[in-house]
Amino acid sequence: MQERTQKIRETARELLVQGKVDCVLGYTQGSIPMRARPFFATTPDEVDQLCWTGFCTGNLAKLLIGRTDRVAIVAQGCVSRNIVGLIQEGQVVRDHVVVIGVPCLGMLEYRKIEARLPGKDVHEVLEVGDNVTVSGPGFEEVIPRNFIKRDNCTTCMHRNPVISDVLVAEAVDETAGGDLEKVAAPWESFDAAKRWEAFNATFSTCIRCYSCRDACPLCYCHVCFVDESQPQWCGKTQDAADVDTFHILRAFHCAGRCTDCGACESACPMGIKMRRMTSKIEKDVRKLYGYEPGMDVNAKPPMTVFQPNDPEDFVK
Amino acid sequence: MTDKVLSKKQMGSFVEKILEQKDVFAPIMQDKSLVWGAVTSADDMIWDFTNTDLSPKDAFFPQSECLMHCTGCNDHDGETPQGSIFQAEPLLARERVLFNVRPCDARAFWLLDQIFCQDELTHDVYWADKRAKTTLVGLACNDPCSTCFCTSMQCGPHHEEGLDILLVDVGDAFLVRVLTIKGESLAASLPEADQDSVQRAVGCKEHAEKTMAPGPCTDHLASSDVLSLFNAPFWEKVAASCLNCGTCTFCCPTCHCFDIQDEIQGEVSRRVRNWDSCMSWLFTQHASGHNPHNTKMDRVRQRFMHKFSYTPTRRKGAFGCVGCGRCVRLCPVNIDVREVVRLMDDFAANMPIPS
Repeated sequence: MQERTQKIRETARELLVQGKVDCVLGYTQGSIPMRARPFFATTPDEVDQLCWTGFCTGNLAKLLIGRTDRVAIVAQGCVSRNIVGLIQEGQVVRDHVVVIGVPCLGMLEYRKIEARLPGKDVHEVLEVGDNVTVSGPGFEEVIPRNFIKRDNCTTCMHRNPVISDVLVAEAVDETAGGDLEKVAAPWESFDAAKRWEAFNATFSTCIRCYSCRDACPLCYCHVCFVDESQPQWCGKTQDAADVDTFHILRAFHCAGRCTDCGACESACPMGIKMRRMTSKIEKDVRKLYGYEPGMDVNAKPPMTVFQPNDPEDFVK
Repeated sequence: MTDKVLSKKQMGSFVEKILEQKDVFAPIMQDKSLVWGAVTSADDMIWDFTNTDLSPKDAFFPQSECLMHCTGCNDHDGETPQGSIFQAEPLLARERVLFNVRPCDARAFWLLDQIFCQDELTHDVYWADKRAKTTLVGLACNDPCSTCFCTSMQCGPHHEEGLDILLVDVGDAFLVRVLTIKGESLAASLPEADQDSVQRAVGCKEHAEKTMAPGPCTDHLASSDVLSLFNAPFWEKVAASCLNCGTCTFCCPTCHCFDIQDEIQGEVSRRVRNWDSCMSWLFTQHASGHNPHNTKMDRVRQRFMHKFSYTPTRRKGAFGCVGCGRCVRLCPVNIDVREVVRLMDDFAANMPIPS
């Protein structure tokens, strides 16, 4: 991790000194342990605040949207795929972006660490190789990295950036080793009633904060469907019907576009496992269209194109 | 008011007795999460925790609350005139006790009382009814966590504002600080506190206040010039990584903004109040199309100016923050309110004094 941090800083410094970009968008150490936060370095001095740790969760591609300046962005596999997606959708201009690619070893889930150490106040986390040492007043615990990785990182299919202008480390194994097809849709084997029950139970704690939507680089509509009033597609109350509608519609809006970056689950203050929706949809997209989002800027995402002879047998 | 004492062995029967007459709510475990919920037996209650992720404010200010509803006229007399009849919602049927409220959350209730019930014209009956029918039993913090900063926000780990009773864990018993008439009534059956328990509680308070991590200085905020602070140059940088989601607003014990909507189906409708957030562009959008908080920076600035400049101006110096630290833990991009307050106070400290 330290090597990546150093290389990111070197690259950022060079880009800013040479005036190739107006700012470098990366991460800096968070104000509390087990967090890193998005950081915009605008001067060569500021690059020393950039870092790369196992807590660089979220998706920086989100913060590219709407910017009119020239930005260098630190991007691992999933984030680079979202940048491709944003280029496909006309939200980002390739020439205005310098991608500092980071082959990724997977991000950590602070909630998994907290669950292993109930009641303990974590003061420091050291990532060394395959292990993570978590310490605080009166305790120190060494945990294998694989035990505390974020769910989506364990089944990552593309850990190396798919586009980049600079790479800050040697390429890593492309996949994380988990079996995505096996875990992508845990409710597939359920009958409809059980599936509905599981879905409702999963989202029963949703507080409609919209962190999932706001963290997601796919969600950039000027007026989100939940804010439309004429007609009002979705109510604003905590009624299960309204909560369900929000999540079903949002998931379908992400169809054929979602890179399983996990920013939604990382952002959710209630720890809702909402990837159950999108990872099932993406599994279907892979099966029906043989398509993986964000791999190729010239590809046409299946939900955005049609042919007159597309199958219609489902239209009754 | 006389302090009482309650041995831990007696807590179970104390709670069971209350349950006979009133509904009891406290932090409980639900699906491996610590949440505010209904207590059916004393065994449900958790005593060893820092704080819940969501505040207990929805006990008085539910996230979705029906304010009134309408039924069709012909429901009543069988004829078919057009129109609807408004029906008031029933008031709270049964009295309640909230157990193990942290002092920070209790101070938030104290503050929100002043906002929801300011005067005759702004008396919120929905808030007031529930408050009147609820007794608040607090649990003092003996071991503040690293994200707490209540001592910088006019509060403290053993503070009493907003509470009817404050429980202090002194080992094998709780000191029961009786603070109001409601508290006196609830604690009537308990024995008077012994001097040892009283002394141990004092020690716990001192220890807790000493071990709290130092928070931001706020000395210059109250007297700062609002417009200068509003136009300070650091707001763009503070707002740069904000996602404008609603996490900070929804977990905050003092945030109270809301939106009212009518949901209508023919002649049947209901008027619902839902939590809203200044983080949303829609919150301040005018029907004309103008939006006074048009940019993300405007909205982020609004949050901090409201809590640390406008509220103290209007509420005799009281901040709109109680230092519970939830937003620090839950913000998806780790924007730290303590750092923003530091920026604001430093800026205010260096502002030229107006001549």
